[in-house]
Amino acid sequence: MTARSVRSLSGALKPLFSNRCPGVYGAASCNQRQKSTYTPPPARYGGRHTVTLIPGDGIGPELGNHVRELFRFCCVPVDFEVVNVDSSVASEDDINNAIMAIRRNGVALKGNIETNHNLPPSYKSRNNLLRTTLDLYANVMHCQSLPGVRTRHRNIDIMIIRENTEGEYSSLEHENVPGVVECLKIITKTKSLRIADYAFRTARAKGRRRVTAVHKANIMKLGDGLFLECCKEVASGYPEITFDSMIVDNTTMQLVSRPQQFDLMVMPNLYGNVVSNVCAGLVGGPGLVPGANYGEDYAVFETGTRNTGKSIANRNTANPTAMLLASCLLLDHLKLHAYASMIRRAILSTVSETRLHTADLGGQGSTSEVVQSIMNAVQSTGPQTLSI
Amino acid sequence: MYTHTHTFKEMQTVTLIPGDGIGPEISSAVMKIFETAKAPIRWEERNVTAIKGPGGRWMIPPDAKESMDKSKIGLKGPLKTPIAAGHPSMNLLLRKTFDLYANVRPCISIEGYKTPYTDVNLVTIRENTEGEYSGIEHVIVDGVVQSIKLITEDASRRIAEYAFEYARNNQRNSVTAVHKANIMRMSDGLFLRKCREVAENYKDIKFTEMYLDTVCLNMVQDPTQFDVLVMPNLYGDILSDLCAGLIGGLGVTPSGNIGANGVAIFESVHGTAPDIAGLDLANPTALLLSAVMMLRHMGLHDYGNKIQTACFDTIRDKKVLTKDLGGNSKCSEFTADICRRIQDLD
Repeated sequence: MTARSVRSLSGALKPLFSNRCPGVYGAASCNQRQKSTYTPPPARYGGRHTVTLIPGDGIGPELGNHVRELFRFCCVPVDFEVVNVDSSVASEDDINNAIMAIRRNGVALKGNIETNHNLPPSYKSRNNLLRTTLDLYANVMHCQSLPGVRTRHRNIDIMIIRENTEGEYSSLEHENVPGVVECLKIITKTKSLRIADYAFRTARAKGRRRVTAVHKANIMKLGDGLFLECCKEVASGYPEITFDSMIVDNTTMQLVSRPQQFDLMVMPNLYGNVVSNVCAGLVGGPGLVPGANYGEDYAVFETGTRNTGKSIANRNTANPTAMLLASCLLLDHLKLHAYASMIRRAILSTVSETRLHTADLGGQGSTSEVVQSIMNAVQSTGPQTLSI
Repeated sequence: MYTHTHTFKEMQTVTLIPGDGIGPEISSAVMKIFETAKAPIRWEERNVTAIKGPGGRWMIPPDAKESMDKSKIGLKGPLKTPIAAGHPSMNLLLRKTFDLYANVRPCISIEGYKTPYTDVNLVTIRENTEGEYSGIEHVIVDGVVQSIKLITEDASRRIAEYAFEYARNNQRNSVTAVHKANIMRMSDGLFLRKCREVAENYKDIKFTEMYLDTVCLNMVQDPTQFDVLVMPNLYGDILSDLCAGLIGGLGVTPSGNIGANGVAIFESVHGTAPDIAGLDLANPTALLLSAVMMLRHMGLHDYGNKIQTACFDTIRDKKVLTKDLGGNSKCSEFTADICRRIQDLD
């Protein structure tokens, strides 16, 4: 059997077997597909998509439940396959199951999995494992000022594209001499070119005029220097987009004084962490911004700033906006655009209502009140829904 | 303590490095203000262009080093960073010569200089010798580069100790260690462990730990929740500039570098601004506030407070602001106004 016929066979059989024999056919199609033009078929059976849901820790489970509730209410043709990952056990079986489930379904919605940083280095961050194993190389966060949310700066519209798999997050550390620890930051040409290419393609697709590369090449001349070179190389192929670069410390200074100057920003992993959190803070906090992790074959959606929210877990005070907007990004990815716009419209109209703001926005609303209001908004404007 | 108003106070020597660009004019502004305030400081001006010493290693001129070693306190203006001069940056050279291990930046909102953030009152203490800026990089194979981040027990302990000492000496309530130990388990984990160990000896100061991303997130939403922050080199670089941005930028932010053997060099961290050099348009606030930091470090709190009050009053008054602060007065006018206020305060 040639690779092509194996693929087409698995493609034909996938709808029948998607939930029954996932291991065999899923693995076959993963290994034998051509990377360049082939898009894996979404896990669909009878017109319904299957999406992996990883509840995570802290506020993750309750927000996951709200997403399911909302989807059920709006009759969205998505079924969630819930995979729990227990962060307290040392074994990596749970996260491997989750990864396998995502390989099966192609798409996932996830809550943050807590990492106890007092454990020894053999216990790796589960979130990081997921991202690197599935090669979700682009983390995309779109920070926009929302009407109805009072912030110090207005009219912010920044798209942040962060390299998600290498850089400082390579988790390669060693202690050659007692008391001296070396941590390796790896920058490769392939991954830098890949993320730069992703950034410029996205800029073109979304009509963005300017791409800014954030770096520290004056100090890390080889590492960030390579990243910058790759960005410049890719930029030359997009003459209609202005490309410039900025050093990370100056970037943070500019962000808190004049964030309106930024359009799309691309950067390596750690600076991405800092800049995305700063931007999320500028538009209103961790409860408002969704995040997406895209790979060649998979996509995982989560809240933008990846917080566990342990201190507010199970109190019905978490802001569901970020997770719900992430679920809209998921629907867009599954090409269910009508549902996505309907839910997004409802969410944004609810956010602009100050009396429903949750504690993180300075209000006293509860999570369930917000979700209820979103469902009301959907019902009043949208198509047939379940009765409330 | 004075027995009567005109007691002769022992003059202390401070090495002054005017720097390049606007350096000389802001330095003379600071000297003029100090003279008006009758601060017991004797300035010893030195130049720090890099010279090649015996053995081919770049070093600062020996008279500058000698002066610093004797006086132990330095005030430095902005230095030009040459691009292709073949020698490392002057700031790096100074850091290595005097083992300046702690960079301290107090970020306090300046009343009268409006930014979207009010009531900022925090201090960032950054480890300045190792971490991500160790400068050790290799090309493993073509297209793969490895940068090494170095964290050592000694440097981490030293900076933690300095942070807690600073907090105690300056009546600050808490010290927060900023890290990313969830990802960089061994390196930031070591840093964190040392901070925890040192915290045991300073039970009067509250010690907390926070992830770098959480700090950034909370900092732009509510900077008042932070007090003293201690962290390794890269995070310190980013966060100290972030905090400087909160209060108005590098033109108004003071900075101090503490070294081993009691050496301390206070500096303004803005650039040399060659386009306005020599035109009497520069803003001496950053260097002046760094000089105030220096006075406090030397125990001359009265003079420090007096000069700082005069400076803040001038800015609040908004009558003689330099261009970068939103006015169109000259540097000399700004300086003269501060001097006048000092005389009025006496």
